[in-house]
Amino acid sequence: MTLSANPTTMPKQSSTANGNAEGTTPMIQVERLSKTYRDGFQALKEVDLTIRRGEIFALLGPNGAGKTTLISVICGLVNASSGSVKVDGFDNATQYREARERIGLVPQELTNEAFTTVWDTVSFSRGLFGKPKDPGHIENVLRALTLWDKRDNRLLELSGGMKRRVLIAKALSHKPQVLFLDEPTAGVDVELRREMWEVVRGLRDQGVTIILTTHYIEEAEEMADRIGVIRRGELVLVKEKATLMRQLGRKELTLHLAVPLEAVPAALAGHDLVLADEGHALVYTYDVTHQDEGTGIAGLLADLEATGVRVKDLHTRQSSLEEIFVNLVRENA
Amino acid sequence: MNLQSVKTIYLAEMARSLRTVLQSIVSPVVSTSLYFVVFGAAIGSRISEVDGVSYGAFIVPGLIMLMLLTQSVSTASFGIFFPRFSGTIYEILSAPISYFEVVLGYVGAAATKSVILGLIVLGTARLFVPFSIQHPLVMLLFLILTALTFSLLGFIIGIWADGFEKLQLVPLLIVTPLTFLGGTFYSIDMLPPFWQAVTLLNPVVYLVSGFRWSFYGSGDVSIWASLAIIVLFLGVALAVISWIFRTGYRLKP
Repeated sequence: MTLSANPTTMPKQSSTANGNAEGTTPMIQVERLSKTYRDGFQALKEVDLTIRRGEIFALLGPNGAGKTTLISVICGLVNASSGSVKVDGFDNATQYREARERIGLVPQELTNEAFTTVWDTVSFSRGLFGKPKDPGHIENVLRALTLWDKRDNRLLELSGGMKRRVLIAKALSHKPQVLFLDEPTAGVDVELRREMWEVVRGLRDQGVTIILTTHYIEEAEEMADRIGVIRRGELVLVKEKATLMRQLGRKELTLHLAVPLEAVPAALAGHDLVLADEGHALVYTYDVTHQDEGTGIAGLLADLEATGVRVKDLHTRQSSLEEIFVNLVRENA
Repeated sequence: MNLQSVKTIYLAEMARSLRTVLQSIVSPVVSTSLYFVVFGAAIGSRISEVDGVSYGAFIVPGLIMLMLLTQSVSTASFGIFFPRFSGTIYEILSAPISYFEVVLGYVGAAATKSVILGLIVLGTARLFVPFSIQHPLVMLLFLILTALTFSLLGFIIGIWADGFEKLQLVPLLIVTPLTFLGGTFYSIDMLPPFWQAVTLLNPVVYLVSGFRWSFYGSGDVSIWASLAIIVLFLGVALAVISWIFRTGYRLKP
């Protein structure tokens, strides 16, 4: 799939079909949203969240954290216990028609009508959202998702990955302004996952706001503009991905030594170094947050030279989002 | 009113019936024809007239009603149960469409199919026994009202059922017995007085009677009582559906 290289293959999504578009109204505005199920389980606790127009927002959290409940309430599948949800300024309870017609939802489960054809099921979705027939648009969507050759196949004949694409095609059939992807690449192989990412980026480039939940930290790291972490029904953090990585990420500089050391030389004691790899490496950890004040690397290198420690090679490594996520969940536990 | 959405659900449901034409249309027509052959021609030839018409002609309205009730319930219940079972209901619930429109699409399609089936069976019956219809408009009104009401009942069952067994429970254990005991094959005058009184508690008696009145100008109960009962049924079914959607029962947690 070559969406970014060939943007014309993806149907243009309408982002100016309403009075609020291009304005300052957030795409999604969730305020003090709580949900307690009948069995007493509180899935969401006073969640406040604003999704900006045109961004890719990744919602991370362990199983049962409330990700799907949050999406379900916004999309109208689950009733909220309290709080409000506005989609493009329209309340999703009192102005549900306006709110819902802006939303496309790709559910987590591969649900479909087995005996229907790809073409029919995607056309059905468009009609269900009150839009008149538009074979041209459906064709574009199917082509962009490489489903065009399968248009006459019944859904039961498709592979899991193809069924996932059909669900995306259905969600795009009515030209939504905001697309919810609930675990879009769960159980999808690596190649197809990368293709999906391309599709999502292509949509974002056309002004569609994307909200995805995922278990794969790699996915959020690769795609998201902002990241929200939800845990036990509470949104514990919402940040720009870059800021999050900068703030919470630690960087490590590993110096591979030409001659192994038995201990960190006294002259280097001020640099907080750790000896590793049986004396073959020195590891220097620093916080990228304090980059403005200097990382101390220049001083360290100068001191190394002065001490006569010869460095054979060096490399740096920044914490991945996964490490950040694990630390965050652990800190809040 | 989001007519496009209603039309989409309606046409998809009608297409489902057409896709399974053997099961949805041919099978009820064949089974009803068998009733005509066995009860109308074979046994009926040995039975004298009932209420002034031949036995074969007498059972026509009741048999159409039997088919109408079971088909309306099963089509509508399966129509809404299947998306719940397969999970595709998410799409209906997230669409910009009111509950009324959802019901209109599903129940409208189920009722249409039942009315068409009723007319086909009526035509088939004419091949076996001669009869005429004294009040065709009333006949049509009864056909439509009954199909609509029992499709609503089917919709309720489709939402209530949490498995295929429950889906079959009401049609098999309630609708069919009530129809058999509702004067399909006999006039309730033939029963002893006690059972006549008990039978009057069976709502299907009023439907069969009213429908038969439209054919032959006479029934077990007054045509007005029949009309009142079907309208009451319709009202109750609508009230239950409105409660289902207000509370989100089995649809929205």
